[in-house]
Amino acid sequence: MTERLSPLDGVHRAAGASFTDFAGWQMPVRYSSDLAEHHAVRNAAGIFDLSHMGEIVLIGPESAAALDFALAGKLSAIEIGQAKYSLLLAEDGGIIDDLVVYRTGDDRYMVVANASNREVVADEFRARAGGFDTDVYDESDDVALIAVQGPASREILLATAGFTIEGGHPDGEDVPEALASLRYYRAIAGAFRGEPMLIARTGYTGEDGFELYIAPEHATALWEALTEAGAAHALVPAGLASRDTLRLEAGMPLYGHELSRDILPVQAGLGRVVALSKEGDFVGRAAIEQGPAADAPVLVGLAAEGRRAGRAGYEVFDGDGADSAPVGVVTSGALSPTLGHPIAMAFVAPDVADPGRELYLDVRGTRVPASVVALPFYKRNA
Amino acid sequence: MTDQTALQYTEEHEWIRVDGDVATIGITDYAAEKLGDVVYVDLPAAGSTVTAGTVIGEIESTKSVGELFAPVDGEILEANQAVVDSPELVNSDPFGEGWLIKVSTTSLPKLLSHDEYRALTGE
Repeated sequence: MTERLSPLDGVHRAAGASFTDFAGWQMPVRYSSDLAEHHAVRNAAGIFDLSHMGEIVLIGPESAAALDFALAGKLSAIEIGQAKYSLLLAEDGGIIDDLVVYRTGDDRYMVVANASNREVVADEFRARAGGFDTDVYDESDDVALIAVQGPASREILLATAGFTIEGGHPDGEDVPEALASLRYYRAIAGAFRGEPMLIARTGYTGEDGFELYIAPEHATALWEALTEAGAAHALVPAGLASRDTLRLEAGMPLYGHELSRDILPVQAGLGRVVALSKEGDFVGRAAIEQGPAADAPVLVGLAAEGRRAGRAGYEVFDGDGADSAPVGVVTSGALSPTLGHPIAMAFVAPDVADPGRELYLDVRGTRVPASVVALPFYKRNA
Repeated sequence: MTDQTALQYTEEHEWIRVDGDVATIGITDYAAEKLGDVVYVDLPAAGSTVTAGTVIGEIESTKSVGELFAPVDGEILEANQAVVDSPELVNSDPFGEGWLIKVSTTSLPKLLSHDEYRALTGE
């Protein structure tokens, strides 16, 4: 596979990033220190390059109806400028991808898919939209994505010169008001130095923040302007390693870890994302209505003491003796930088999933006690 | 500053400083960088006997787990308690305060020179 480079690749190399392969892309895993980047996002702000994500656009009068059929959620119910987290299900109810859908016009939607699933998502949309008056475009190659996340993110955007809001004042003097009133999971059309940009108040870190969608050729200028404005607010570039510990603390699932084709949404605690009450059929409805087997594993949070973390693939046991039974497996785990103790998400048998239940993680041959806790592990002060 | 050219190295990214029959062992800056922020170090107890090539400890970062291999045969004289208490020393000073164990050893296997090790890591 040829490795793909972000339009911001030169910026990352100049910043001294270490890289990792991510779905065929060479993306920054860290710039200085995972922990420093993690704490910066919790306490000030971090800037992330997410240009590897997939952007698939639906345009046409029946786009809303097509999405209602294609996805688990009722996307026709969201307003222009609103975003919604949703799931692309298989016929058997398994999760093909989790994605965020932005309604960017009366008959226009942008779907943001995981990089590893971009092509399968685009293919599924084309197939599922076949009976509807809508066109599906995979615009991933024409969209760069920069996220600014953390409590200082709004101040940083305000300090960045060159922003305007669509239909707003050409000097951008109304930008502060627009950003202040932009609610979580809302987006507005704007521009950076005249180049169109979608400004969304969304993210994957558990903090306040923004995600900025812009054409790749303008991404470097935008990154540099944000970085310059952010210097006074302790903004640091942040890599995928810190993004993973941040989203884990926030209890957010990661495709390929907590979500897969073998998992029904309700098992992953995402039953609320499926709009069974919406009219008409949607792909996966029959399987979802039938539900998983009574003994199907369910996703839980696990909190442990000490410093040794359970990691993806480690087994969970219902006791510390050699005769105790395996009851599940860890999907993500780390020593939580914010909380200071190990945390993990795991699929376990439903009869051991109650909060407070004491289980054991097999950490490379040692049984480490861990309590079932409610997700998320970390919640910011609103 | 430790003179890195005076150390010997393994392909498992460990460094060894030989002083008489005492070998002091740590991991290289290259290994520390690859691991990311080290948050937990598990070292063998003083008095235990180790065999070259076997796993004798673990170095965990936020992202992954690295194994510590015994580069020599011998007996553990001392494990660095400062690193157990403050694992970040492995990142901040891998060739100095971040040393891991001291081993009493009478014979050394073939190890890499500084130049050979840097050639291995492409630096």
